Amino acid sequence: MTTTPSSAPVIAVRGLVKRFGIKTVLKGMDFQAEEGEFVALLGPNGAGKTTFLRILASLSRPSAGDVRVKGHRLPQQATAVRRRLGFVSHQPLLYGDLSGEENLRFYARLYSLPDANERIAAVLKMVGMYRHRRDLVRTYSRGMQQRLAIARALLPDPDVLLLDEPYTGLDQDAAAMLDEILARVSTQKRTVVLTSHDLSKAALLASRFDVLARGKIAASAGRGEISDAELLDFYRGALASAEAER
Amino acid sequence: MQKYPKTLLLLDLATVLLLAVATVLVFAYAPLERTMGAVQKVFYFHVASNWVGMLGFLVAAVAGAVYLVKGTRFWDVLEVAAVEIGLVFSLIGIVTGSIWARPIWNTWWTWDARLVTVTIMVLIYIAYFLLRQGIDDPGRRARYAAVYAIVGFLSVPLTFFSIRLFQSIHPVVITSTKAQLSPRMKTVFMFSLFTYTVLFADLLWHRTRLGQLAAHLETLRQKMLD
Amino acid sequence: MKESTGFGRAVLAILWKDLAAELRGKELLSAMLVFALLVILAFNFALDLDPKTRASVTSGVLWVSFIFAGTLGLNRSMATEQDRGCLDGLLLAPVDRSAIYFGKMLANLVFMLIVEAVVLPIYSALYNVNLFRPGLLLMVVLGSVGYVAVGTLLAAMAAQARTRDMLLPLLLFPVIIPVLIAAVKGSAAFLAGSAWADVSSWVNLLLAYDVLFLAVPLMVFDFVVEE
Repeated sequence: MTTTPSSAPVIAVRGLVKRFGIKTVLKGMDFQAEEGEFVALLGPNGAGKTTFLRILASLSRPSAGDVRVKGHRLPQQATAVRRRLGFVSHQPLLYGDLSGEENLRFYARLYSLPDANERIAAVLKMVGMYRHRRDLVRTYSRGMQQRLAIARALLPDPDVLLLDEPYTGLDQDAAAMLDEILARVSTQKRTVVLTSHDLSKAALLASRFDVLARGKIAASAGRGEISDAELLDFYRGALASAEAER
Repeated sequence: MQKYPKTLLLLDLATVLLLAVATVLVFAYAPLERTMGAVQKVFYFHVASNWVGMLGFLVAAVAGAVYLVKGTRFWDVLEVAAVEIGLVFSLIGIVTGSIWARPIWNTWWTWDARLVTVTIMVLIYIAYFLLRQGIDDPGRRARYAAVYAIVGFLSVPLTFFSIRLFQSIHPVVITSTKAQLSPRMKTVFMFSLFTYTVLFADLLWHRTRLGQLAAHLETLRQKMLD
Repeated sequence: MKESTGFGRAVLAILWKDLAAELRGKELLSAMLVFALLVILAFNFALDLDPKTRASVTSGVLWVSFIFAGTLGLNRSMATEQDRGCLDGLLLAPVDRSAIYFGKMLANLVFMLIVEAVVLPIYSALYNVNLFRPGLLLMVVLGSVGYVAVGTLLAAMAAQARTRDMLLPLLLFPVIIPVLIAAVKGSAAFLAGSAWADVSSWVNLLLAYDVLFLAVPLMVFDFVVEE
């Protein structure tokens, strides 16, 4: 296992290309995220946000380019990355016929976590699902499933947390609760990348905004550089410039 | 983009020439079989077709394995070409076998082990195309097809050995103990096997080239749209 | 720190997960069981299973009911991995892909053996034949291993296709023929009380295909699950 010097970015992507057959989704994308950063990756549907997260999560192989997470190259050193990474997909990745607690116990075994029981209880409490731990997942509401999915992603105490459109399908209460959980999660020493097409949610949490358009990062801005009110103009401007560049 | 390769043209000519010579040999040089008569001559084409069928499936399995390792589109195109040719020649093998069986076994078809296993082999490679059709993502389609070409080929040895395992009425020609053919018959038989192998190589080249051109066209079209 | 979770540990975790989920509802097992019995009853009418015919077709009827029921199980077992994206969950874990295959394969095998353990005595009682001969049980286990081994791989592929459930039997049945032939012929020979010399070639064929059908999926499963 290679060690990462503390100055190196946690996620370093250079010239990433991803092709599906003859369709090129990511076209030489560069991306970087430091320790403790919370990046909101914005972009229209079909811009390649999900593809990008799936590559970082080692679920998909890059067609070309250099992808490193915590200094480990993907896909060659995928196992090392997997151990330090949590992924919240737009599907919950949970078994309906198992209870919430059983689902987490199963994943704890797959990660061979040493103190599984304490860890499971801790993440269940963190997402406010401890009360429902013995209920079957298929009886959960969409919001409850999403909270448990976050608990699942946090189980190995990951250094990198990826969230793919976590607000999709949540009602207002569930979304508010998710805000709260994400705020708590991101205060720790952890790099978070969240994709969204909903600008208001992104504005609440992120420390940096990146716009993904036409397979590349079209623009990037830190939280301090733009106000919430300017965010929409910034986003539209990035999309327009990407469109013009064709 | 690509000009018609000269070697391919030479191979085309050689194939046509060999086929003509083989036909003449089968009908003019090979002796008439004592009990079966003229219908025995179908045997030269029958065995050669089935040989090409199995060769096609073998090439497909190998191409599938190489594709999984390398991931380049060429091997996927080659694999499809090999399966298509293998399938067509297996069907020709079944039809020619039927023509032979009608006067000899007094039926077009019988539920003999060899016939059944060959038919199942054909079904495997029809399923191969159903699998390809069912998957939209091209990368995944190629990977799954490669896996299936390998797994499907595992049952081909059974087809080959079936006449030894079961009490089959299908003749066994290639045995280690004694040759059942007269020297002249053997010469013609070997020549037709060789001819069909060259024919296979020629068709495989053509079909692979066609597949690559189609893929290239698709890429250009995508570029236009993008 | 060790990077990947041990092979055995991961296999057991997946096996435990599948069994725990199944023991809760027993939906899969009961469906497989009912279907296996239905196939046998259908044969009863279709073939007019009088005592004389029965002796020659018992092993064929049993194996057809096993593989039909098995297809239900294989399809369902992969569908649960697809349902809420669970397969991604498995792939995210620091676990060998071959361990995922092996765990799913073992779970499918356990379901298959449970169904067979129930069907055999029922068939014995209904038709008044003694099926509990060591030779026959050996064939049942070996045949099931080969069937499930290649079935788990093909089910994982079929689950990703547009045509899904429809595709699995089309892919699986022609490929499984060597195993089926060896299992049916071997079982029949054991039932008829044939000498070992007459059965051994079927047992050997079955063993050979079990090894092949386990080895190849272990090698290629990576390519089936990863993008």
